[in-house]
Amino acid sequence: MTNPIYLDYQATTPVDKRVLDTMLPYFTDAYGNAASRNHAFGWVAEEAVDTARAQIASLINASEKEVVFTSGSTEAINLAMKGVGEMYGSKGKHIITCLAEHKAVLDTAKHMEKLGFEITYLQPDKNGAVSAESVRDAIREDTILVAIMWANNEVGTINPIREIGAVCREKGVLFFSDSTQAVGKIPVDVEADNVDMICFSGHKVYGPKGVGALYVRRRKPRVRLVAQMDGGGHERGMRSGTLNVPGIVGLGKACAVAEADLEKDMAHSNALRERFEKKIFDSLDYVFINGDEHNRLPGCSNLSFAYVEGESLIMGFKDLAVSSGSACTSASLEPSHVLQAMDVGDELAHSSIRFGFGRMTTEAHVDFAADQVITAVKKLRELSPLYEMVQEGIDLSTIAWTGH
Amino acid sequence: MAYSDKVLDHYDNPRNVGSLDKKSKDVGTGIVGAPECGDVMKLQIQVEGDTIVDAKFKTFGCGSAIASSSLATEWIKGKKVDEALAISNTAIVEELALPPVKIHCSVLAEDAIKAAIKDYKEKNASAAPAEAQKA
Repeated sequence: MTNPIYLDYQATTPVDKRVLDTMLPYFTDAYGNAASRNHAFGWVAEEAVDTARAQIASLINASEKEVVFTSGSTEAINLAMKGVGEMYGSKGKHIITCLAEHKAVLDTAKHMEKLGFEITYLQPDKNGAVSAESVRDAIREDTILVAIMWANNEVGTINPIREIGAVCREKGVLFFSDSTQAVGKIPVDVEADNVDMICFSGHKVYGPKGVGALYVRRRKPRVRLVAQMDGGGHERGMRSGTLNVPGIVGLGKACAVAEADLEKDMAHSNALRERFEKKIFDSLDYVFINGDEHNRLPGCSNLSFAYVEGESLIMGFKDLAVSSGSACTSASLEPSHVLQAMDVGDELAHSSIRFGFGRMTTEAHVDFAADQVITAVKKLRELSPLYEMVQEGIDLSTIAWTGH
Repeated sequence: MAYSDKVLDHYDNPRNVGSLDKKSKDVGTGIVGAPECGDVMKLQIQVEGDTIVDAKFKTFGCGSAIASSSLATEWIKGKKVDEALAISNTAIVEELALPPVKIHCSVLAEDAIKAAIKDYKEKNASAAPAEAQKA
């Protein structure tokens, strides 16, 4: 076992060897431009791109023509939201999204506000989920787009996408779901789940970084986008730029592997998470699960260890690579916007750590990690004035703190 | 974020962790910060005459906050009360090589020292009322 142990699968994933092997020839041998129509190099590249498109379409139950390649989810989100805004802005200027979305969605929404769009930011429930009813209540005559993520990247909560999609259908509003954390991890079916656009990145599904895709529905309804990148008119005019053939081949292969192994991968990640959380809860008190305990992404465990602060905890597990929802890991002093939106309380937000398990994680990794976490939490609670007060029976909410 | 060796050392081997009897007349207790801000420091001093003979701390906070309070107890032990009052956060920043985003940790440590001394002086106010008022 080599240290540190990688437990940050929601941030990115290692490239699967099967994926890498498929990609390699497209760097050195089959290096043609997929848009070159006049020679074999171009034809081979185009064929590889077509194969990848079919693999991706198969995973999400779309047709090949509905897949637009991008550099990743952030670009796809920008294209989806701004592209819809520009295309349908004359019909209405209202967009609905959620406070727990990824910054790529929230910052795009903020940018669009400056351009004259009006954004409704729905508050998620305490688990981080958005209900179809709250979407229904927010839809107005001038609503053109609903943007709600499939699964949350920090806490793993899975939204009721099918129900939200049904509401959007009924109201005739386009529905875009950032499914970066969902595709390849849980079943995603663009037909059954009533979505009009979804996006995802290669590197979250054991594929390469720098490549992703936007699914754009072609029938019932046909979604039209204004391109946000002008140029050679690639990707049916929606995204100009020479196709990243090796990356696209990798994304396609990653999707094919994910489709074949979906059940196995889900069972594996779920079992590891159960094993991890059982060990933690058996040894520590005052630990809380952030997110929907019963409806989370497999392999995502966001825990708050009350009375210890997240960054100091991460310092304590030197051999683990994990993320904290605490403010101190970023330049800003605000704790995670997702945990804040869920109203878990700033105190518990400061004490949160996200553990991510995936295809390459083993039981030995999980056992080692749990031991390090338990040791660090116990050590820091010895150091914690809050834990001491709680042990003495003092109600922390009755104390007049001197905030700074 | 990379931590300085001194921050790591205080984190791995915090000095003077623990609690003194807060009811004791010769003990002053300072609790500063707030849980929702992510930092709470409790710093206690035991005073004999005008000398701090012992100091203990417990801190809820990031590694820099733990190191700042650990260092503070190290520095004030054996000092006269007035000397301890003169310790400024900038000295802590320098000693631990704290980055700008962590300066508030050093401010909190300075506040904790002052709060503990204030508490001690208030407890002993009957002996020296003028002094307590000044603090």
